[in-house]
Amino acid sequence: MQLTLEFGGGLELLCDSKKIHNVNVEFEQQNGEDKLTMKGLLSWVRTNLIKERPEMFMKGDTVRPGVLVLVNDCDWELSGQLNTSLEEKDVVVFISTLHGG
Amino acid sequence: MEGKRSVRMCCLCNERRASLNRPKTLEQICRECFYLAFEDEIHQIIVSNRLFIRGDRVAIGASGGKDSTVLAYVLSKLNRIHDYGLHLFLLSVDEGITGYRDDSLETVHRNQIQYGLPLKVVSYKDLYGWTMDEIVKLIGLKNNCTFCGVFRRQALDRGAAFLKADKLVTGHNADDIAETVLLNILRGDIARLSRCSSIITGEDGPIPRCKPFKYTYEKEIVMYAYFKKLDYFSTECIYSPNAYRGFAREFIKDLERIRPRAILDIIKSGENFRISTTTKMPEQGTCERCGYISSQKWCKACVLLDGLNRGLPKLGIGRSRVAIGCKEENESHGGKSIESKQCGSLDF
Repeated sequence: MQLTLEFGGGLELLCDSKKIHNVNVEFEQQNGEDKLTMKGLLSWVRTNLIKERPEMFMKGDTVRPGVLVLVNDCDWELSGQLNTSLEEKDVVVFISTLHGG
Repeated sequence: MEGKRSVRMCCLCNERRASLNRPKTLEQICRECFYLAFEDEIHQIIVSNRLFIRGDRVAIGASGGKDSTVLAYVLSKLNRIHDYGLHLFLLSVDEGITGYRDDSLETVHRNQIQYGLPLKVVSYKDLYGWTMDEIVKLIGLKNNCTFCGVFRRQALDRGAAFLKADKLVTGHNADDIAETVLLNILRGDIARLSRCSSIITGEDGPIPRCKPFKYTYEKEIVMYAYFKKLDYFSTECIYSPNAYRGFAREFIKDLERIRPRAILDIIKSGENFRISTTTKMPEQGTCERCGYISSQKWCKACVLLDGLNRGLPKLGIGRSRVAIGCKEENESHGGKSIESKQCGSLDF
């Protein structure tokens, strides 16, 4: 699935200082569903994009508290957080709030 | 075209698609309603707490970071649309931290142009003769924030005095204040605990300071900046990973995830603390060396600076009872030539 991922608020430093990544995510079908969810995407990102200090990005299964996630410019809390399902050409933005103001 | 995904409508206007979930109210609202609610709440805080009077010269502590950029933007806007009649300035502090402050200052210079506000930059090097990089080289990686915080407060006051400001505003948000309340409880600092949750502080000092974002969630500030495409700098200070505040922050963030309202509740608890009348509190006087307000013979900045200049980096840190204010011959230390420099030429 083709997706555009953006990292902001300092997170870009964890992925080679690149803010925007156009990626093609291959995922396994689970339980007969062929949907990619945010949960699957996070796992993919941790393995494939995060080059250092993964604890700055994720805590357990989900993003570290203080990291905001937007799917197509919409707060992922509105679409079920980890259960948010993703579609072709979606734009996912990760913004860290954990820095000085 | 959403297809399989359900689209939630804004719970306030019901006309537009909801874009975010407000932690403060748990409302699911669209961008436009969010901008209005965000700006209006701040306006109400300013008015109900009587933060400003017409004609005030107001210095905005601007670091180029998310809070101060949004503060400058919103304050400018509210000043215009509600006609507060304020004269606004950007005031920035250069601590001399390479790879952090030099980049964020570029952002402030851009903000100056973007928002049309005059800018004043004060530097530790000019004021104290030391950059943070030099200080850390001397003291090591512990207690960095103690030096920086103390020096910054004074630096802001001096910059504000230079600008002939009546008030100083900073972008401290609800998360920051909740962290501070927790920190002071963990450290048993009753004097600070009683002051830290006030929206206006230092009214008996050189320049009163206020925090219009006291009840504003950090998440909302970031979302506002993101949607409005405001230009800000976002990297952690290179010396911060060792700071004690990090633990309080981690805890607050975990709490927010479980119950977002907890942040405001902690602030409310901070406001409601009552100190027993039998508790001994420090009395406020003035520093003998520079005249700044202080509860000790010398203000903290003078103590720390004296320690640096004499090569005694632990002076003023922890609970040591070293005689302060004794005139001794200068000790030279390492390769840096040390000149004892007074805290400042300004009389308070």
